[in-house]
Amino acid sequence: MTHWIIAPIILPAMLAPFIVLAARYHIGIQRVFSLVGVMALIAIAAGLAWTASDGTIILYQLGDWAAPFGIVLVGDRLSTLMVLLTAVLALFVLLYVIGSGWDDRGWHFHALFQFQLMGIMGAFLTGDLFNLFVFFEVLLIASYGLMIHAGGNERLRAGVQYVLFNLLGSTLFLFALGAIYAETGTLNMADLALRAQLIGADATVGIRVASVLLLLVFAIKAAVVPLHFWLPSSYAEAPGPVAALFAIMTKVGAYAIIRVYTMIFPPQLEATTGLEEVWLMPVALVSLALGMIGILAAKSLDRLVAFAVIGSMGMVMVAIALMTPEGIAAALYYIVHSTLAGAALFLIVDLVKSSRQSLSLTAMSPVAGAPLTAGLFFAAAIAMAGLPPLSGFIGKLMILDASFDTALGVWVWVVVLTASLISVVGFARAGSIVFWKAESVPVVEDSEVFEPPHPLSYCAVGGLIALLTAFTFFGGHAQTYMIATSQQLFEPDAYIETVIGSHGKMSNPLGEEH
Amino acid sequence: MEVLVASAVGILTATGLYLVLRLRTFPVIMGMSLLTYAVNVFLFASGRLTIGAPPILADDATLYTDPLPQALVLTAIVISFAMTAVVVMIALGAYLGTNDDHVDDPIVNDEEDAP
Repeated sequence: MTHWIIAPIILPAMLAPFIVLAARYHIGIQRVFSLVGVMALIAIAAGLAWTASDGTIILYQLGDWAAPFGIVLVGDRLSTLMVLLTAVLALFVLLYVIGSGWDDRGWHFHALFQFQLMGIMGAFLTGDLFNLFVFFEVLLIASYGLMIHAGGNERLRAGVQYVLFNLLGSTLFLFALGAIYAETGTLNMADLALRAQLIGADATVGIRVASVLLLLVFAIKAAVVPLHFWLPSSYAEAPGPVAALFAIMTKVGAYAIIRVYTMIFPPQLEATTGLEEVWLMPVALVSLALGMIGILAAKSLDRLVAFAVIGSMGMVMVAIALMTPEGIAAALYYIVHSTLAGAALFLIVDLVKSSRQSLSLTAMSPVAGAPLTAGLFFAAAIAMAGLPPLSGFIGKLMILDASFDTALGVWVWVVVLTASLISVVGFARAGSIVFWKAESVPVVEDSEVFEPPHPLSYCAVGGLIALLTAFTFFGGHAQTYMIATSQQLFEPDAYIETVIGSHGKMSNPLGEEH
Repeated sequence: MEVLVASAVGILTATGLYLVLRLRTFPVIMGMSLLTYAVNVFLFASGRLTIGAPPILADDATLYTDPLPQALVLTAIVISFAMTAVVVMIALGAYLGTNDDHVDDPIVNDEEDAP
């Protein structure tokens, strides 16, 4: 049993109190520890992803208690991929934070940042639904702190909405867990998968309610219309780098949906049939359309990017709702792509914010450092809108291809293509108002002069764009890996076998009679 | 007893939801508290209702109740208490800052907003 798989949770969990207790008044030391911690996280995550890449399922039994009774952490291709993505994103966000000095504008940024990472990593690695709830809470508690970091009335008001909405989501999650426990008597995912198969097609009421409640909870996290209301204000008002880190948090919802609805309630399960195509697909298409229309309708740059995130989540959900191996593979590719692109856009919004009077989409004098910022904005916008040559285009092609011969394929094609066109128009309009029209605004004497952003900030954004480019260049390899991942998801026997069949204290592995 | 527990969960949820929909911080926080009480009772019920039975091994016990829901409820109570404290502090800050306790976004007048 390897202990490495718990390291992504333990490392930030130890680092955060250390930063609070020992390095409280020394921003330099905090930065060093935070950076080193994140780099170590990347190394660990890469090692885990490497181990899992040949199809191995890494299992960790906490306290050596065996599965249905004890808590387990499980790493397969999907969870290690998400852990690696989180660690890489965290590095660039951290570089930007240090470059722009956001961490100096309030207290305890780095400690909260580490706790946030701990929650996200735990949510990806846990093999137990109740621990998923607990790690959701850990990441939410940290995100409340980060969201209102550096204060201000607007931010506090948006923070109240954000906290309350997520509190409602948590309550709903508990209701869903209670319903599932009442129906099956277990909360371990592998054990649940075994027991859900035993439920006959005629005893469906309880389990259907439970599965729909769970889907609702994850849809709230993923900001799927009509449960997206918390997202625009909170992402627009949060500090730029925090919003960039939040780009991974909507993906936690998508991850949970993929995990639960391929393993516990797979599409062929009679008791919960029709959940994806009847319910998830229409709302996914609506969120895609609404997100992209929001891009066109937004009156300020931060709202625009928030709606782009809703739209990209809609795109991911469309691919997930297909519930075929091809669809899930496309969704995974798009998840990686849209996390990087969304984070880059939020950082660019912050670059603009720090060198412009306001973010509203009206012509104003040029932003400081305009050529570089504008170039990065257009690269990120091309990625987000899914234009060639960047990886959004490949992801979109994969989604269209996966939906080609399904019943709802026509709808998917129409909505995806129209929404893409609208988003291109929206981004082009925003970019030309902010960066090009600025040249025609007469220069006002003694107006406020802005410093161009720190080079390190540009490094962070440029790094994200470079990653996107690399993701495009190695699109073929990435696609092969995503297909292998989704095949592993649709054959959960190995996962269940590993979790339930492994020995530990109080174990009664499969096939062994006493 | 089933009727009592079920109606308790139902009434708490209904009042909680009504208060949440009032969209001002104090009723909303009250409503959230009622909802968390409802979910705690519901979690207890998810392990089947048993009266007077211990959840841990005892020499004189003939009947046991399911211990897992109790562990779940304990965790849920701790988390919901902490969360309520957080939201009260943030809401207080927002109220003192803006002198407004509405939870929803204010309506922005486009006419005044236009340049």
